[in-house]
Amino acid sequence: MRRVAVAGIGLTPISEHWDKSLVDLAVESSCRAIDDSGSLNFDTLYVANVGSAFIQRQQNLGSMISDALGIKGINSLSIEASSASGGFAFNEAVRAVASGVSDSVLVIGVEKMSDALPEEVASTLAMSEDQEYIAYTGITNFGLNALIHRFYMECYGVTASDIAMFAVRCHEHAEGCNHAQYPFKISVDRVLTSPMESDPIHALECSGIGDGAAAVILKPFEGKDREVEVLATATSTDIFHLTQRRDITTLNAVCSAAEKAFRTAGISRKEVDLLELHDDSTIMGVLSLEDLGFAEKGKGSTLVVSGVTSRTGELPTNTFGGLKARGNPIGATGIYQISELVMQLRGEAGKCQIENARVGLAENLGGVGSSCSVAILRRL
Amino acid sequence: MSVPRYWREEKYRYRLIGSRCSKCGEIFFPRRLVCSKCRSRQLRDYKLSEKGRIVSWTIIRNPPKEYEKYAPYAVGLIELDDGLKIISQLVDLEPEEIKTGMRVEATFRKIREEGSSGIIEYGYKFRPVIE
Repeated sequence: MRRVAVAGIGLTPISEHWDKSLVDLAVESSCRAIDDSGSLNFDTLYVANVGSAFIQRQQNLGSMISDALGIKGINSLSIEASSASGGFAFNEAVRAVASGVSDSVLVIGVEKMSDALPEEVASTLAMSEDQEYIAYTGITNFGLNALIHRFYMECYGVTASDIAMFAVRCHEHAEGCNHAQYPFKISVDRVLTSPMESDPIHALECSGIGDGAAAVILKPFEGKDREVEVLATATSTDIFHLTQRRDITTLNAVCSAAEKAFRTAGISRKEVDLLELHDDSTIMGVLSLEDLGFAEKGKGSTLVVSGVTSRTGELPTNTFGGLKARGNPIGATGIYQISELVMQLRGEAGKCQIENARVGLAENLGGVGSSCSVAILRRL
Repeated sequence: MSVPRYWREEKYRYRLIGSRCSKCGEIFFPRRLVCSKCRSRQLRDYKLSEKGRIVSWTIIRNPPKEYEKYAPYAVGLIELDDGLKIISQLVDLEPEEIKTGMRVEATFRKIREEGSSGIIEYGYKFRPVIE
């Protein structure tokens, strides 16, 4: 297998882009990645997207977006794995280059959520769950997180305030981030007095609705200056129905994807300098810390409260704000995470820069933890 | 929603039928064709317990399409007496009455309607048990 590098990245700010279409956003991010890498030619294009079939009634994004970029005659298709689409598309791209099948792959994550009404967004997100027996009950994505959130608090004696601190830290990190949707601080009191989204989850513990696109270019590793090496990527799945899982507070897909990724990378958790985690609501960020192996079960929020996951802590986490503050344009989120690791590892993170960043890990979740991708990146 | 799609789930939703593996005995809801514990393909219909207790619960305040007129509504994760878990709306009680561990039972209710001329869907919701 060949070594693989991220050769270029490109982001749009996450916002309600009323004047831009899904294709406009995809092209904007791609052009930035192309300019960043200095590379114009690709043999493969993967588009990570979740909602276009429902929100825009648009499919065949592979052909549509490659044509919009002026590229013809390549292997181009979309990849969907719920909100882990970005991470899963990245994983496929890495495999294509590592195997020698592809020499240059463009991966675009794009989501245009503001074209839908709020209840249509809730329906889109609930499409990741079984339509006949889970979504059918009227439960939403945040509702499922809430069932875990309440059970977790009662099981481990963790307080609402401890878990809410995950959102507070994310917002601290987003300050000064140019592409973040909500780049400002919020207090824990503000989080805990915000309206309930899905009890016991408050509105300010949840990622919002935003449009955005992120693109990365993958090539064989050559050892050039600004290259960041992909040490490992891995994906995994868990029992699809939350109801059928023995312990709803453990995300088994995260455990197994992390185990596979660390085995491939040949490094220990102690060598990881920063994390980009999938906090679609606060509890999922906390569980991610635990199931990736950075905290004991029931102790994830302790790392957050004590400052370990802060910018100057031992394990800076969600260094541009995470899903909560940077934003969560569903299918694009995984590619934002990869791009953010690259910015940190290159030392190009601006006001969000952490010190001595050498190895970073990104974790992207789909459904209520039924799909997970993990990527480990390293600078030279 | 097409009529066959609704019709094919009627038995399972109206009567709370899942699957039981004839090889290893594991029980499942919803029904499935392959056992996820032992990979056997010998599964039979299994009638779920209709009573259980609330393990966790939430209130849905920002509902998906076609559920707007019911919001806010409670949804619970319920452990049935046979050990299976099920997610269902909780009805016939106020949110402040809901407690973890509370005994509940299945009841037949309207789930949603598709506009003024589409299918009216029915199924299970759970309500407090009156002992």
